[in-house]
Amino acid sequence: MKRKIFGLVRRVAMLVLVVWTVVSLVTLLVELVPGDPAVAVLGEQATPDQLEQFRQKHGLDRPPFFFSFPEDENGSRHFRWFGWQNRYTDYWTSLLHGDLGRSFRTDRPVVELIRERYPATIELALAALLIAIAIAIPLGVIAGKKRGTLTDNAVSVFALLGISLPSFVIGPMLIYVFSVKLGWLGGYGRDDWTYLILPSFTLGAALSAILTRMVRSSVIEELGEDYVRTARAKGLSERKVVYKHVLKNGLIPVVTILGLQLGILLAGAIITEKIFGWPGLGLLLVEDGIGKRDYRIVQGCVLAISVTYIAANSLTDMIYRWLDPRIRVS
Amino acid sequence: MNRLSIIGIGIVAVVLIVAICAPWIATQDVGATNLSLRYLPPTAAHWFGTDSTGRDIFARVVFGARISLRVGIVVVTVSAIIGTLLGALAGYYGGWIDRVLSGYVFNVFLAFPGLLLAIALVAFLGAGLNKLIFALCIIGWVGYARLIRGQVLKVREYDFVQAARALGAGDARILFVHILPNAIQPLIVQASLGMAGAVLSEASLSFLGLGVPPPAPSWGVMIEEARDLSTLQNAPHALIFPGLAIALTVLAFNFIGDGLREYLDPRQRKR
Repeated sequence: MKRKIFGLVRRVAMLVLVVWTVVSLVTLLVELVPGDPAVAVLGEQATPDQLEQFRQKHGLDRPPFFFSFPEDENGSRHFRWFGWQNRYTDYWTSLLHGDLGRSFRTDRPVVELIRERYPATIELALAALLIAIAIAIPLGVIAGKKRGTLTDNAVSVFALLGISLPSFVIGPMLIYVFSVKLGWLGGYGRDDWTYLILPSFTLGAALSAILTRMVRSSVIEELGEDYVRTARAKGLSERKVVYKHVLKNGLIPVVTILGLQLGILLAGAIITEKIFGWPGLGLLLVEDGIGKRDYRIVQGCVLAISVTYIAANSLTDMIYRWLDPRIRVS
Repeated sequence: MNRLSIIGIGIVAVVLIVAICAPWIATQDVGATNLSLRYLPPTAAHWFGTDSTGRDIFARVVFGARISLRVGIVVVTVSAIIGTLLGALAGYYGGWIDRVLSGYVFNVFLAFPGLLLAIALVAFLGAGLNKLIFALCIIGWVGYARLIRGQVLKVREYDFVQAARALGAGDARILFVHILPNAIQPLIVQASLGMAGAVLSEASLSFLGLGVPPPAPSWGVMIEEARDLSTLQNAPHALIFPGLAIALTVLAFNFIGDGLREYLDPRQRKR
């Protein structure tokens, strides 16, 4: 029991440490901007007054960190301590109050922008996950059952194509065929449910390929187990053997990577959202953030996506430990 | 090696030759625009047709191979060296070095989705080929480090390592002469898959406008330029050819990686 609690405390401490580092990195990313962020945002033609006003408003006039090594007139560097009044602590203080700063361009709170866009991204990622599962399980089972046949090879080729064809190639092709040529489904935007199908298929394609390969090798492995022979000897139909016994055991490794994949889907959604003009976090990051050099939005989006990713991973880890007691021991 | 990995090696060899001999293979100017030649279908003069500004797609795909391979090779080499050194340090010394490196640093880098971290870095540093390579190295090394750490942990317990230690060999000699040569085999698999990942990431970042700036013939940039409705309707080949180039190159490196893994791990050969 004591060991269990110690293990849990250690994992939570590690999680806190990782989140702290991620937030710190994101906070300090603004310092990477070459030159003055105020000039980068307002442009070269801004007057010194405007620049100064902008810096004051967004706290850019304060020192970036607790200390720095500024260069003096002679070109040598000296340690200089700024104390607690710096941008790093400012960002943390606001963050702990649920504030991610204001957009450099529109002055809207970044939290508000993220809250508006977040549901669309989650909707897209979950739909992609469902589509991937719906494709991968039947294909993987068929390929595993008919190992070495033409069907198996066809499934393998499909899987390899899914892994190798990037979403930004699949996406525009799907738009061209299903939206422009046939007019069956929505292309750009998020007007009704028909607009969800193409982006979620695009985002889920690579995952469905990875899952298909996993299900296939899992099925092959499980089919060689003793319990399968027993089930067959009992006179169960092949269908029952595969779907009731083999799949149940074979899906354990598959389920465990789903959580990790949800996080990867969130990152992949950045590209898919750009292709389909899907108004989620990715589009906010790419168009409003990076495109318009609105660094506060970039920070907020990176933070939101990373924290969701970490949460999804930790949750998967917990479920995995709970499902499979052997992991807890190791 | 299985048949698919041989096909993979063949494709990679072709891409490599095309990249090296690009100026002799593609004689058309990659940047020359000519609006009177826009949206031409594939012909004898323009093998892959032309794009929305009349540029020759074949020449751009050929020169695009240079960018993709250059990014891939640099990123994989730098990431593998950094990853190997840090992974070897963590695995060999253990103790607090391992706890800090594998317990904390590796976990922090794995806590970000790789692509997101690369996007964030380039977004703040500014777009450009070298910055893109830097960002991809930052996200790439940790995979190698974890792999090598595991390998070193295993190899350092072998008898010949104990024998070397008993003979009075120093840490550096044991690590670099005895352990690493016996630990880096799986690195080749990782490097091959890493090439696929780097080519794909370069194209993704260039597609997002964060890689090589536009008139340069990066495959990702070409796809970004070809995905507007009028180009899709008039010249779908402007999207298809660079798309195929990416898919084939990535597929080839994946084939090689999978084949090598199978070859190095006899348990998988049966499957």
